[in-house]
Amino acid sequence: MIRDSFALLGEYTGMAWQSIIAHKMRSILTTLGILIGVTTIITIWTTIQGLNTYIGSVLSDIGNSVVYVEKYPWVIKGDFWKYRNRKNIGWREYEAIRRHSRLARAVTPQVVASRVAAYDDKKLERVAVLGTTETFTETGSVTPESGRFFTGADIRNKARLTVLGAQLAEELFKKSNPLGKRIRIGDLKYKVIGVLERQGDFFGQSRDNFAIVPIGTFRNVYGQQRGLQIAVLAATSAELEDLKEELRGILRQTRKVPAAEEDDFAINQMDQLTGFYEDATATLYAIIFIIAAISLLVGGIGITNIMMVSVTERTREIGLRKAVGAKKNNILSQFLMEAIALSSIGGVAGILIGLLAGSLILSLLKVTGGVDLSAIFVGFGFSAFVGVVSGFYPAYKAATMNPIDSLRYE
Amino acid sequence: MLIDIRALSKKYLLGAVEVLALNEISLSIERNEYVAIMGPSGSGKSTLMNIIGCLDVPTAGSYTLNGQAVASLSDDELATIRNKEIGFVFQTFNLLPRADALHNVELPLIYKGVPKAERRIIARETLEKVGLGDRMDHKPNELSGGQRQRVAIARALVNNPSIILADEPTGNLDSTTGEEIMKLFADLNAAGNTIIVVTHEEEIARKSKRIIRLRDGRIVSDEAVEHEAAV
Ligand SMILES: Nc1ncnc2c1ncn2[C@@H]1O[C@H](COP(=O)(O)OP(=O)(O)OP(=O)(O)O)[C@@H](O)[C@H]1O
Ligand SMILES: [Mg+2]
Repeated sequence: MIRDSFALLGEYTGMAWQSIIAHKMRSILTTLGILIGVTTIITIWTTIQGLNTYIGSVLSDIGNSVVYVEKYPWVIKGDFWKYRNRKNIGWREYEAIRRHSRLARAVTPQVVASRVAAYDDKKLERVAVLGTTETFTETGSVTPESGRFFTGADIRNKARLTVLGAQLAEELFKKSNPLGKRIRIGDLKYKVIGVLERQGDFFGQSRDNFAIVPIGTFRNVYGQQRGLQIAVLAATSAELEDLKEELRGILRQTRKVPAAEEDDFAINQMDQLTGFYEDATATLYAIIFIIAAISLLVGGIGITNIMMVSVTERTREIGLRKAVGAKKNNILSQFLMEAIALSSIGGVAGILIGLLAGSLILSLLKVTGGVDLSAIFVGFGFSAFVGVVSGFYPAYKAATMNPIDSLRYE
Repeated sequence: MLIDIRALSKKYLLGAVEVLALNEISLSIERNEYVAIMGPSGSGKSTLMNIIGCLDVPTAGSYTLNGQAVASLSDDELATIRNKEIGFVFQTFNLLPRADALHNVELPLIYKGVPKAERRIIARETLEKVGLGDRMDHKPNELSGGQRQRVAIARALVNNPSIILADEPTGNLDSTTGEEIMKLFADLNAAGNTIIVVTHEEEIARKSKRIIRLRDGRIVSDEAVEHEAAV
C-alpha cells in the first residue's frame, strides 16, 4: 500500500498542482498564514545562525584562557551604582598580581584614552590610545605584521614609541611605510616601531583602529590615577578557575576587603559574553517556537478549512475515482498531497523572503560570512508538517466516503 | 459463470420506513452476454447495477463474481475488483472536468499502477476504438454529449474488464446519438465484451440479446431477444 503511494507520488503532485491552479486566489489566501509564519522563523533562524558563526569565529580569536581584572563586570546584573562606588583598579593591584600569582603566565596592565592622531596633513579624531606593556602580545594575542612590538626596556624607559593597528596605519600612511616615522598622538610625537596584523571588524567596528604606547609613557602624559584593566593569561587553560581563585585572594588582600563583604572588583572572562549571548539567543529561539506554534494553528486551520471545502466540492470526483478503482489510501494521499502542496507554497515563499530578510539584517549588523542554508530544511520541514497535520482530517474524510453516495452527490 | 446472484436483497432504511429495493433476486449471467435491464422507475435497476458493479453490497443473499464471493471483501478489495473486472458507464458521464479526454481514459490505469508511458499508449488505442482518435486533448466541455459518453465508454473499456455496466447510458443523449452509442455496445459485444445496460426504451433494449424486467425489486421476466438477422 505504501509502495503504491510512492509509485503514484508524481500523480498526486500533478493532481494537487492542478487543483491549486484552478483556485489561484483561494490558494494564495490560504497559504498566507504559513507564509508569514515561515518567513518569521526563517528570518530569525538565518539571523541567529549568521550571528553564531560570526561571533564564534571572532570569539575564538580572543583568548579563552585570559581573564580581565576590572572595576565593572562585563554583564551587569542589578545595581549599577554599587559598582560605580568601587575604587579603581590601580598600579598596586597590578604589582601585587605580578609578584604573587603563581598560576599567571603573563600579566598585562591596560589603560585606554581617546585622542587625535596625526601624520603629515592627515589627522584622525578619536583614535583609541592603549597604554600597555610588552606582554600584551601574549594576553592580547597580537603579532606585529611589520617592525616589532615593545621590549621590556622600551617599557621601563617609558620611551616615546608607538605600535599601530593595521587600520590606523593604513589611514595615516596610505601606501607609504610607517616604520620609523613620527606621528602625533594628542600633543606629543611618537616614533612608529611596528604595525600589527589586521584583526578585522566586529559588527562593522574596526578592531584595528588604535595606537599602542608604553604604559609608563601613557601614565606620565595622561595621569597616574586612571583605572586599569589587568589582563591575566593562565599558564594552562585548565587552570583558569584556580587562577581566578588565586587572583581573588590577592586582590581582596591588596584592596583590604573585610572577610564578610563581597568582592569590590570583577574578574571578567569571555565566558560571560558567550553566556550572555546564549541567553539572548535562547530568548529568540523561544520567540521562534511561539511564532511557529501560532502560525501552525492559524495557517493550519486555514488549510484544514479550505481542504474541507475542496473535498466537499469534489465529492463526485472522489466517487468516480473510487468507482474506477481508487483505494482509501489513494484518495487519502491525493488530498494529503494537496494540503502539503498548499502549505509548501507558503513555505517556499516564506523561505525565500526569510532568507532575504535574514541576510539584510545581517548585512545591516555588518556581519559577514554568508547565510546558513539549513534554514531551507527547517522551512520545508515545518510547512510539510503543517500540511500533513492540517490536511489529515479532510483527506481522511474523503478517503472514507461511500462511493455510491459520493457519485450521487449534487 | 461470470455473475451468479442468489436470493439477493437490498434494504434501505428511510427513517422508520424500510424500502426493499431488491427482493430475493436470483440471476446468472455468462461471459459475452449482452443483457438489457428494464423496469419502471424505482424498480431497483440502479440498485442491482451498483451491487453487480461492487459499488454497493447486498443486505442478504449471495453474489459471486468470477467465482469470488463478493460479500466477504473489504472496501479496498472491492476497489481492486472494480478496477480490474468492472467498467462503468454513467448516465451523467462523470468525467473529470479539468482533465482532457486522454487523461480521463487513463484514470483506471493510474490506480492499476500502469506506468505513465504505457498508460498513454493504451488510453490512445482505446479512444481510437470508440472513434475519438482526433479528440484526445479535448476537455469534457469541449466535447458533445455523445463524444463525452464515448470518452466514458473508453474509460470503462481501458482496463479490459470482465463486464461493462451502463446505467441509462443514452438517458442524456438525443435518439440518434443514443443509437450510435448502442451500436458501439453491439460492436464491443461482438468483439467479446460482456455488457449489461439499463434502459427505459424498448427499442434500445431490443438491440441486446437478453432482456430482464424488474418490478418492485423482483424479476418479472427474463427472455432472449429474437434477432432476424445476424450482424
Ligand atoms: N440511498 C438510498 N436510500 C434509500 N432508498 C433508496 C436509496 N437508493 C435507492 N433507494 C430506493 O430503492 C428503490 C430502487 O431504487 P433504484 O435507484 O434502484 O431504482 P431505478 O430502478 O434505478 O429507478 P430509475 O429508473 O428512476 O433510475 C427506490 O424505491 C429508491 O427510492
Ligand atoms: Mg436508476
